[in-house]
Amino acid sequence: MKDRTGQPKRVLILGATSTIAEALARRLAEDGAHLLLAARRADRLEAMAADLRARGAGFAQVWPIDLSAVTDANAELARMIAALGGTLDAAVVIYGFLGDQRAADTDSAELRRIIDTNFASAAHWCVAAAGVLERQKRGVLLAISSVAGDRGRQSNYAYGAAKAGLTVLVEGLAHRLAPTGARAVVVKLGFVDTAMTAHIKKGGPLWAKPEAIARGLHELLVKPSKTVVYMPWFWRPIMSVIKNIPTFVFHKTKL
Amino acid sequence: MIFEPGTYTSWGRIARVAHPIGRPRYRDEIAPALAGRGNGKMLAVGLGRSYGDSVLNSGGALIDMSGLDRVMAFDVETGVLRAEAGLSLDVLLRLIVPRGWFLATTPGTRFVTLGGAVANDVHGKNHHMAGSFGCSVRRLGLVRSDGSHHELDRETGGKLLLATIGGLGLTGIITWVEVDLVRIPSAILDVERIPFANVGSFFRLAEASAKSFEHTVAWIDCANGGSSLGRGIFQRANWCEGELTPHASRLKAVVPFEPPSGALNGFTVRAFNSVYYRMQKRGAPRSRQHYATFFYPLDAIGKWNRLYGRRGFYQYQCVIGPEHAEPAVTELVKQIARVGAGSFLAVLKTLGSRSSGGLLSFPRAGATLALDFANRGDRTLELLGRLDKVVLEAGGRLYPAKDGRVPAAVFRAGYGENLPAFTAQVDPGCSSDFWRRVSA
Repeated sequence: MKDRTGQPKRVLILGATSTIAEALARRLAEDGAHLLLAARRADRLEAMAADLRARGAGFAQVWPIDLSAVTDANAELARMIAALGGTLDAAVVIYGFLGDQRAADTDSAELRRIIDTNFASAAHWCVAAAGVLERQKRGVLLAISSVAGDRGRQSNYAYGAAKAGLTVLVEGLAHRLAPTGARAVVVKLGFVDTAMTAHIKKGGPLWAKPEAIARGLHELLVKPSKTVVYMPWFWRPIMSVIKNIPTFVFHKTKL
Repeated sequence: MIFEPGTYTSWGRIARVAHPIGRPRYRDEIAPALAGRGNGKMLAVGLGRSYGDSVLNSGGALIDMSGLDRVMAFDVETGVLRAEAGLSLDVLLRLIVPRGWFLATTPGTRFVTLGGAVANDVHGKNHHMAGSFGCSVRRLGLVRSDGSHHELDRETGGKLLLATIGGLGLTGIITWVEVDLVRIPSAILDVERIPFANVGSFFRLAEASAKSFEHTVAWIDCANGGSSLGRGIFQRANWCEGELTPHASRLKAVVPFEPPSGALNGFTVRAFNSVYYRMQKRGAPRSRQHYATFFYPLDAIGKWNRLYGRRGFYQYQCVIGPEHAEPAVTELVKQIARVGAGSFLAVLKTLGSRSSGGLLSFPRAGATLALDFANRGDRTLELLGRLDKVVLEAGGRLYPAKDGRVPAAVFRAGYGENLPAFTAQVDPGCSSDFWRRVSA
């Protein structure tokens, strides 16, 4: 990813060690991008960064951090951007925690973790990044949300509610940024074959490969022409149907 | 790391086996997975290009290494590259070719992992000069089920390194590999094609080419008898000047479904071999070819193994020492032509004496013949049994990566002297269907 003058783009990835994030980082590395990779595990980040440099990244800096435990995202973000060279072309907020809905029903720590990770802390980082982009009058905030936020279901309403919150938040940020030239995009993913879903039985046409999702995210970073994006695209009609199922029917399903 | 229930099929597609499959993404996940015995014995697998049961582990679990695919270090000046074991040669070549480097040797497909290349000590068209893949291995990382981590190099690796090179993943899990690459002037080879009339003339050609051509290989017609028996096309090549353009990452075509099992029968195989021979003979005797065309002709067609239909196919690859190679290969070709089973593509190549030292490595000085046969049940197994006899009498051996049925006695006859030393290094937490079969 390069800008109009051919300069490498400076991209911050929050939650860099996830399967989708790494696939996206590889695409950015092939463009010669400068990357700052933030996630908890230093050893895993180092392994990733060395690989991204070999694949063409102009710069790959690791940033070991517990993103959901940060109390001042504005200050931390300023340090990150300084390490990237002072400007930010894109911030990708991609970390998440699926959690266990059944456990969260009785264990308030699990419930809090689902909401804090997927909404409260993600919101904190998104708002901080939007502030930077607004001042710069350019750049893209890309946040990963989920189709689970489109309708509350018994199997994952806490995760779904947190992601619904994130979607609305980023939609609002996009509205705020619209006059400045900066952009905010929220991507609602369906089922993706990653470590997050390793315990779920897969198969069928609805499951997407992380590489395919990364390709779509990369395109959005290059051309952020939409605000709310379903990925893959077929989730938009599917969710439209699911949202319109009458409640008395919906309550008879096991979804 | 979570083990998911799944089914795994090797490249020959004869057996489909249900296994729990783990898909690690980071090296630190390997040791805990190997130590947890809930899933039985483990076997690391790569891209599943082994043909038979050396990548199956009934009753145990598989660890799919393809997510461990990071380059760890690449020195563009010295050509030393270290990467995680799941990195495919396909991706690796796209990274190194533009910088003027190539693998010291490559098998006939680029869809294998580094770990798989080591574990099978694969060889290529330049074996008579470069030796096998293991010859280019400087050091590697191995995790064993007792929780130990080993960094094995040529000086200190000892028997454990030599058991791991060509060791079919049985000595633990290879987590990373460091290799010496070789300089190339371009991505293009200068290829010469010479038709030959019989097995004898193949050996004369191979001998005459061994010193001046880095790459040699022959296609041999095992389907047509009579005066056509053992005819073929000898190819020899050297790197030449040109551009350093890597191969395209996209496939030209993918076989979308399985044709009926009978489609590849004696008649179509004979016809294919006749047409192929004439096309090759008529083609330009000398041409410039990109490495993807020369080394990986079948990689252009995704899932070509489906062509053999639902019942799958057997590969048969043997190597026979120089003293018996010519008569033994002649006899093998005769046996195959006589039953009219016909091999779709038979490949014949002389191997050199340079050895990686791998205790269970397949390549050795002599000639290797690789054949494939559609699975027709007992009829096919009977033929392969007859071929075994010829190989045994000539003191040869079979390639485990290609095998799914060799009797234990035949395997032991081929690898006997090194077997005790190898067995002593096998990790008690690792196994495979192949190993249980031949070590029983």
